[in-house]
Amino acid sequence: MIVGDLSRREIERRLAGTGLVVRFGPFHLRIRSDLASLSSLVHRLYQPYPLPETGEITDFHVGISRPRGLRRWLRRQACFTVDGQSPFAPYAAEHAFPALEWGINWCVATRAHHLLMLHSAGVERHGRAMLFPASPGDGKSTLCTALIHSGWRLMSDEFGLLRPEDGMLLPLPRLIPLKNESIEVIRRFRPEAIVGPSFLATRKGTVAHVRPPADSIARMQETARPRWFVFPRWIANAPLSLEPLPKSQAFLMIATNAFNYEVLDETAFRLVADLVRRCDSYSLVYSDLDQAISALDDLSNDVDD
Amino acid sequence: MTRVNRETYRARSLLLDALRTPDKLSALPPADWELLLRVARRVRLLGRLESELSRAGLLEKVPPRAADHLRAAHNVIEHRRTLVSWEVNRILWALEGMEVPLILLKGTGYLLADLPPARGRIFADVDLLVPEDRIGEIEERLSARGWFKTQIDPYDDRYYRVWMHEIPPLRHLERGTEIDIHHRLLPKTSHLKSAPAPLFAAAQPLSDPRLRILAPADMVLHSLVHLFLEGDPDEGLRLRDLVDVHDLLGYFGQQPGFWEGLVPRARELGFTRPLLYGLQQAQELLATPVPPGVLQELAAAAPAWPVRQIMKRLIPLALLPGHPDHPSPSATLARWLLYLRAHWLRMPPGLLIKHLSHKAWLRWRGYRKRIDLAQLDLKQQ
Repeated sequence: MIVGDLSRREIERRLAGTGLVVRFGPFHLRIRSDLASLSSLVHRLYQPYPLPETGEITDFHVGISRPRGLRRWLRRQACFTVDGQSPFAPYAAEHAFPALEWGINWCVATRAHHLLMLHSAGVERHGRAMLFPASPGDGKSTLCTALIHSGWRLMSDEFGLLRPEDGMLLPLPRLIPLKNESIEVIRRFRPEAIVGPSFLATRKGTVAHVRPPADSIARMQETARPRWFVFPRWIANAPLSLEPLPKSQAFLMIATNAFNYEVLDETAFRLVADLVRRCDSYSLVYSDLDQAISALDDLSNDVDD
Repeated sequence: MTRVNRETYRARSLLLDALRTPDKLSALPPADWELLLRVARRVRLLGRLESELSRAGLLEKVPPRAADHLRAAHNVIEHRRTLVSWEVNRILWALEGMEVPLILLKGTGYLLADLPPARGRIFADVDLLVPEDRIGEIEERLSARGWFKTQIDPYDDRYYRVWMHEIPPLRHLERGTEIDIHHRLLPKTSHLKSAPAPLFAAAQPLSDPRLRILAPADMVLHSLVHLFLEGDPDEGLRLRDLVDVHDLLGYFGQQPGFWEGLVPRARELGFTRPLLYGLQQAQELLATPVPPGVLQELAAAAPAWPVRQIMKRLIPLALLPGHPDHPSPSATLARWLLYLRAHWLRMPPGLLIKHLSHKAWLRWRGYRKRIDLAQLDLKQQ
């Protein structure tokens, strides 16, 4: 059963009641909200996500609701809560949905320490995964969105979740938050992409969420072995360049960019070292999405292992 | 029974049963696991459950999803353990050549002395007890070698320097680890006396002779003083401190002379009341074995009948977590009352009113530290 099997009314009823339980990759999330505006967004943007079987353990219990106490009447605000606690700054009520999405990322980043969490987007083709570790502003979300609408499967936009036991990449195909100019770029590049409403003047500028293609979500239990690391950088009008990167440099860039490299200590060191040894690493500079995609397609077609 | 009471009761029983008889956890149904994980996380005892299950060889029998959470907690604890041990190593490096007694308090002490409470316990900062007249020198040396004074407002700085039992925390520039330097166990302004000289006299050296830990009885008493006189109104009394005490009593209780010396020492240091409350709660909630003679010895430390009845109700309410989805108003009230009580014992009434109104003003103005989800550098968590 998926979220889309529920009526909007039923979603609203669950959000306001005991919660809507949704599966995002390896995690089960229960979402509660008393904001009427949320149910239509959830209905539309979470539509292909599965509902876990009853009787399964829910990992994170989150909420996005009007603040308690006096503040409730002073301003229209929304507070993100985890397990009934809210150590978070409140948001304008209009930004409840992006706040919920960021809050869910916060839960993963601060709690999923049984996995190595790279700060990285990831896509898959022919059973092999390509990871894009990058800092904000390097265009990883834009590139990743373009690729998953061009024959690649989305593994994740934000978290490269690696299982220490076997080094496999676990999919976490959540909504992709595009920022500012990227929103128009993607709307023009793939008009068929499902992009949610633009939230103006959030703390990260304008944000709009891309719903991953249904196939990526349907296959979110299918792990993949990492094969390439590509460090992307978008530079206006730059000619395309895809240059191999020395393993030593790739190692440092991946390790220093992970969410919990220090927490996993030696396990993380061995895992990253092993990955870098097995993967080819490249640095990619691009200005045109079509060119970048065709270069990455060629890369994936050339593999003979 | 109302819904809230029923859910609160269920959450508490799950947690207490898990702490008392962890070997029964392998038979727990998934719905109970889900609640137990939430409640144990709230009181920061997830790692405790993991370590007990792992010792009993039962981790394999836990539902995989619950095992993931336990493994995550274990990894964080191992990491904190490394950080704290390394920080102590660096402090010794920084203070090289200074002849100064360094007593490691709480988790830092349990860890370096390899005592039972260190198992599965979360470590936050490094806590040190040093002679008050050496603090200036130590602070100066640490500041010259990579630590800095955390930015706090002038009110807080004065609060620490004039009234408190510790100085504002020092943080390392690169590692971010914090050191809390204490010169006594309770604020200078406290009703309870807390002259630190007897603690230094009884402290015991570790294998590295520059480091010491409190004597067994003092360690138990400090943990209880910390339990009943520190904390914040949102969190309530820290159950994990009581779990530390449970472990310490189980371990030191085997040593000859420990129980006989405990009450006299509490009398000497002026901590009989926290000891009485602590032993009663440990016995009641965690089934800690306490010789009946010890409680009889403490009978004189009990408050008058009405206060006794009130405290008997309030302490477990503030100590045990409720159900995260069904917060109990009486527990919230109990946490606030015990917070006020702790402050009442920490400072004289005039100062108390001034201090709490300042805090309330900050709270109302929204100055509490809050996480901005959008700007959050998740790597810092």
